[in-house]
Amino acid sequence: MTDATTADGAKGPPRRDFLKLVTGAMAAVGTGAVVWTFIDSMNPDKATIAAGAPIDINLAHVAEGQQIVVLWRGKPMLVVKRTPAAVASLKDQKIVKLLSDPDSKVDQQPPYAQNWHRSLKPEIAVLIGVCTHLGCLPGYFPKPSATTPVPDWPSGYFCPCHGSKYDLAGRVWKGVPAPYNLPVPPYHFLSDTMIRIGENPPGQNWSMSNIVQM
Amino acid sequence: MAGLFKTEIKNPVLRWVDTRLPIITLMNREYAVFPTPKNFNYFWNFGAIATVQLMVMIATGVLLAMHYVPNTHMAYASIQTIMRDVNYGWLLRYIHANGATMFFIVVYVHLFRGLYYGSYKYPRELLWMLGVIILLLMMATAFMGYVLPWGQMSFWGATVITNLFSAIPYVGNHITTWLWGGFSVGNPTLNRFFALHYLLPFVLLAVVFFHVVALHITGSNNPLGIDVKGPQDTVPFHPYYTVKDSVGICVFFLIYALVVFFAPRFFMAPDNFIRANPLQTPPEIVPEWYFLPFYAILRSVPNKLGGVTLMFSSILVLFVLPWLDTSKVRSAKFRPMYRPFIFLLLIAVVVLGEVGAHKPEGIWVLLGRIATTYYFLHFLVVLPLLGKLETPLPLPESISKPVLAAKTMERA
Ligand code: HEM
Ligand code: FES
Repeated sequence: MTDATTADGAKGPPRRDFLKLVTGAMAAVGTGAVVWTFIDSMNPDKATIAAGAPIDINLAHVAEGQQIVVLWRGKPMLVVKRTPAAVASLKDQKIVKLLSDPDSKVDQQPPYAQNWHRSLKPEIAVLIGVCTHLGCLPGYFPKPSATTPVPDWPSGYFCPCHGSKYDLAGRVWKGVPAPYNLPVPPYHFLSDTMIRIGENPPGQNWSMSNIVQM
Repeated sequence: MAGLFKTEIKNPVLRWVDTRLPIITLMNREYAVFPTPKNFNYFWNFGAIATVQLMVMIATGVLLAMHYVPNTHMAYASIQTIMRDVNYGWLLRYIHANGATMFFIVVYVHLFRGLYYGSYKYPRELLWMLGVIILLLMMATAFMGYVLPWGQMSFWGATVITNLFSAIPYVGNHITTWLWGGFSVGNPTLNRFFALHYLLPFVLLAVVFFHVVALHITGSNNPLGIDVKGPQDTVPFHPYYTVKDSVGICVFFLIYALVVFFAPRFFMAPDNFIRANPLQTPPEIVPEWYFLPFYAILRSVPNKLGGVTLMFSSILVLFVLPWLDTSKVRSAKFRPMYRPFIFLLLIAVVVLGEVGAHKPEGIWVLLGRIATTYYFLHFLVVLPLLGKLETPLPLPESISKPVLAAKTMERA
């Protein structure tokens, strides 16, 4: 039977084509909907998300110049009580001119950390210890050194994996494999010595998904 | 039309099967009487060796999976159990771990054989492309397998490699989160890598099957790279090549056994005997040796997206190789200009392998960049030009001619 001789005598092809199109479209939509559930099942589950709730850290026992590392969401959070020398180094032009994004223009931090010290208070640093190259944990080398980790080291973070360098505020150097500054997580002070990582200061509304690269 | 297959098998039981499912006739046609060029050298052993090795990996892998626990709290300990408590667990693990190394050696030789003798050219383009898919699948399988013991290199290797995807503009971060099933490499990641590491070898098996089907359509290439002209150029696959392949397989197993029994940890990174610790990056993250050339390409570019793109391109370029090489002559034997270049490519890849094992500083950066440049120049510039510039040596009339000529020369 050809399309031209359908039972109601109407011209066949357009109607048959329309049915085919609608059927095909429905099949495509249905398949897409099912495939999406399959794909989404691989995204973080509820328990994983719940385990990623904010954490509180007590800084009372952190010595000046010391860095503590706390795991949050499986990632190392680097919290440092900066020495006055470290704070001064952030404005040291000899270092600043080595940096690729000294003013933190790229969204790697909340707006309240987009300043010369990349933090809420100049003397406390909070960074995510995930090298923006391929995710290694950069080493903390806060003191200038003639030899370690590399010759003529001014101070900062050095990534052991492919040699990316950052200053003490996690600002990346020019000409290293890592493209961006170290990310800063959302955080705020609950008191002078307590910080909460994973939550913005009251009134602020910034999501970590804004970070260009973790 | 319904009906039974007309078989020539006489044995009543086999005949009963073969008339309903002509598997015996098929095997006979494809593996016994199958006409095969009579001039194969030992490079033609490596496909068969690779097939056997895939079986070895699947067998040992399934047995290991009976004792392995894909959970971040227990994975490392379950490996220790396999090594100390499971009967012959140490043997299974050393066969499997070193098996990956042996598998890659074999496949890389197999691949270079194809490059040298022009096996990727008309009419074997699709056969070649299936081979590249096999290579990609092998890499994915090996990478995920290496994460399973949950040592330091497992964890940090997984972190570095999954982070490659964050270089993709806009969706990169979503893709890595999706790959991890969390905010970083963790338990969901380990669990899914185990599921996929179990699955992919069977996908591999299916692709190898198609690879061989395609091979049996076009027929094998041969060291002269010229077409088979008639029955005088071929011998039946059995017994000639079943025996020749067996010799190769025995030598392969001999070397493999030497590694497994006398140097089982030669290829293993010491850092992977330390349990995964997300708070401490090992002093140097080095992938398994078979990934080193690609790793070196990644690092030779001081730009993340650029490095990642170049690394993936280094394999993707193999897909289009049949169309980049403009010469009609297959075997390098008759291509006086191609020959030095193909060895130069081999040297570049070996250099890249060495560069990938070193920290990217000083001379290694420069070497890596030179070798990377040559790698791409070779495929994108040298090969298209050579076909136009080169005068090939005169090709022999047929396969049997030079074979007979060599025989008479020997006698004289
Ligand atoms: C699991 C890995 C692999 C297996 C099991 C496998 C298996 C085989 C077998 C059994 C043959 C026939 C015997 C021979 O010619 O040596 C063959 C031929 C071939 N393979 Fe593979 N192969 C694998 C990987 C690859 C890869 C990675 C490539 C290239 C990218 C490749 C390219 C070819 C080509 C071009 C031929 C035809 C060669 C000729 O006859 O000249 N194979 N393969
Ligand atoms: S991961 Fe830090 S430099 Fe590559």
